[in-house]
Amino acid sequence: MSATLTASLSPVASPDMAKRAELSAIDASTKAPTLYFLGSAALWLLIGTVFALIASFKMHSPEFLGNVEWLTFGRVRAAHLNAVIYGWSVNVSFAVALWLMARLARAEVRHAGMLTLAAAFWNIGVTVGIAGILAGDSTSIEWLEIPTYATPILFVAYALVGAWALITFRFGRAKHIYVSQWYLLAALFWFPWLYSVAQVMLVFPGTATYGTVQSLVNWWFAHNVLGLWFTPIGLAAIYYFLPKVLGKPIHSYYLSVLGFWSLAIFYNWAGVHHLIGGPVPVWVQTAGIAASFMMVVPVLVTAINHHLTMMGSFRALKYSPTLRFVVFGAVNYTLTSLIGSLASMRSFAEIAHFTQHTVAHAHHGLYSFFTMVMFGAVYYILPRVLLKEWPSAKLISLHFWATALGSLAMVLALTVGGLEQGVNMHLLHGDPAAPKNFLEVMAETLKWLEWRSYSGILITIGHIAFAINLTWMICQRRTAGTTQPTLFRNAPDMEIAR
Amino acid sequence: MNRAPLIFLGIFFAIAFSWTGIILTNHLSYAKLQPVYDEGEGKAFPEALPGNAQRGAEVYRDLGCVYCHTQQVRHPGYGTDIERGWGERGSVARDYIHEKRVYLGTMRTGPDLRNVGARFAGEGGRNWHIQHFYNPAEISKITLGNKTYGSIMPPYRFLFETRPIIGEPSPHAVQHLLPEKDQPPAGHEIVLTQRGEDLIAYLLSLKDPPLYPEEAKRVYVPKAEEPAKADAEAQPEAAK
Repeated sequence: MSATLTASLSPVASPDMAKRAELSAIDASTKAPTLYFLGSAALWLLIGTVFALIASFKMHSPEFLGNVEWLTFGRVRAAHLNAVIYGWSVNVSFAVALWLMARLARAEVRHAGMLTLAAAFWNIGVTVGIAGILAGDSTSIEWLEIPTYATPILFVAYALVGAWALITFRFGRAKHIYVSQWYLLAALFWFPWLYSVAQVMLVFPGTATYGTVQSLVNWWFAHNVLGLWFTPIGLAAIYYFLPKVLGKPIHSYYLSVLGFWSLAIFYNWAGVHHLIGGPVPVWVQTAGIAASFMMVVPVLVTAINHHLTMMGSFRALKYSPTLRFVVFGAVNYTLTSLIGSLASMRSFAEIAHFTQHTVAHAHHGLYSFFTMVMFGAVYYILPRVLLKEWPSAKLISLHFWATALGSLAMVLALTVGGLEQGVNMHLLHGDPAAPKNFLEVMAETLKWLEWRSYSGILITIGHIAFAINLTWMICQRRTAGTTQPTLFRNAPDMEIAR
Repeated sequence: MNRAPLIFLGIFFAIAFSWTGIILTNHLSYAKLQPVYDEGEGKAFPEALPGNAQRGAEVYRDLGCVYCHTQQVRHPGYGTDIERGWGERGSVARDYIHEKRVYLGTMRTGPDLRNVGARFAGEGGRNWHIQHFYNPAEISKITLGNKTYGSIMPPYRFLFETRPIIGEPSPHAVQHLLPEKDQPPAGHEIVLTQRGEDLIAYLLSLKDPPLYPEEAKRVYVPKAEEPAKADAEAQPEAAK
């Protein structure tokens, strides 16, 4: 706000304005692919939500659409997972990662048309894959259900995105490699390794490994997609938007370094905790449990770093939509990771494994953390790419409260319900010969499954608010002159860095 | 951390480490487990599934049964699988060597199916599956207090076909197993589709043999006669 006299007379002479002009040019160069990825992500989010509601209702009312074969629970559940993972989450990851990479490397995206092509390929691949799942061609391998005929399309799309992100990084003007870029580079490298190993050693019939080694490949892949793709991209976004919106640097560089490398080493091994007590070697289960527990290190280090950055600025949560979503996500990253470390203990897994607790944990990580951070990122990125503001602060507010409360209600209901289910299944009530009847356990879990549907309705309301605001924003006319960012309320003494 | 090559090396080794440890090591050490020949029985175990059951496994895949049913029995002392009658022993890696795709599963919305062929066998088992697939909530139900709760397994009526009787009624017609409300119109009969037949054949075939000699040396199995002694000696770290 303290413009010098020169700058006020000639904006071009101000170094600040020159920097803004550069950022503006970079943002503009990402416009077409960012819009394509974000638009299709939002569409998949809605489709995935519909699948989710159908699956959730079927859980307590199995006659609902009971005679429709292509919507039978086992198919619609897989369709939900793939729509929200490969449709929503990966599309939005691509948009956010590419935009962040361009800004942080200080490089315009060249030949953005290739990225638009990649977006088209990716969405064709996901569409073919989900249609295949509904038609009965699912592989029934969790997180890898997309049938083999759709995989090459996805692979081409990913190769283009990965190559373009690296080119953008390589030819940028920035001298410094910011912490967000470590995470982005790592994620961009890890994902193709994970995906191709999983395809070769698990999905393709000719080259698949045998017996329960398949299960090890399965959970090495599935957990690492979370840990080595979605988590790094979510953290990259937090590391960027937290200081950006607050207008101050990340608290500690050294904590960032420690957090990054401990995540890289420990998360890799954590996936085996999905097989605790199963027919795989005990040593590898133990290694998985140890790694899962060691995840406490990167999680706490990152949490402390973010918290100390936020210290003194919590009032900004009242104003900035981006900050509110991102901070909500960051807090839930800490919570869900600590719960995950706890859940990997053998004694805890004996009760909680195979129950709704797992479902709660999955949604806590992928929704309350990752998806919320991505919403925050979208609220920041789109106005800069489109040069328009969000039309309605009320809709953003509705979006936040519906998804925040909805996702926490779901996580809470399924955590309590899952633990109750697990205790009912495993406590012998003093009589080792007579565990509780399975149907009795099921009957007592039903109320929690109904709560999941109610919380799902709340989340759906949030998604509709988001979709309306997004469509409205894209369709509205651009106003001439300068505009103000859309905030929840006016911030008298806070400058929102642009 | 401003040196891209160093960052890249670290990233590379992090994933190479877990890939080598979790996947490559185990692939080399036990992916090629072999069946064990039993001289008393004159055949090797585990046995490969018969052809119709293998087709049934494809139906199991296509309908996504794995999302609600596990196929792994936990070892005695960990969970209550044995007490529930889901198997006589915990599952071991050798049980799965013939399976084109392994359906261990991660969720028990429904019961474990690893030995469902032992619980529901023969003609009676087949009839039970037919009735259950048609009306799960009416075949599996429980009354608690004054409310009755039916199974939440979805109905699989699309595995059946209602068709007009042409000439002789089919000997495979199944409507006599179904309740009054599900009877077909006059002149029609209900038969299982081929996929339904295959799926039931698969479920009837799911049953693991007694423990193999090699695993019997290493995996904890309680001895019925002397449980206290078995607890003391034959339980290293594996069962806890």
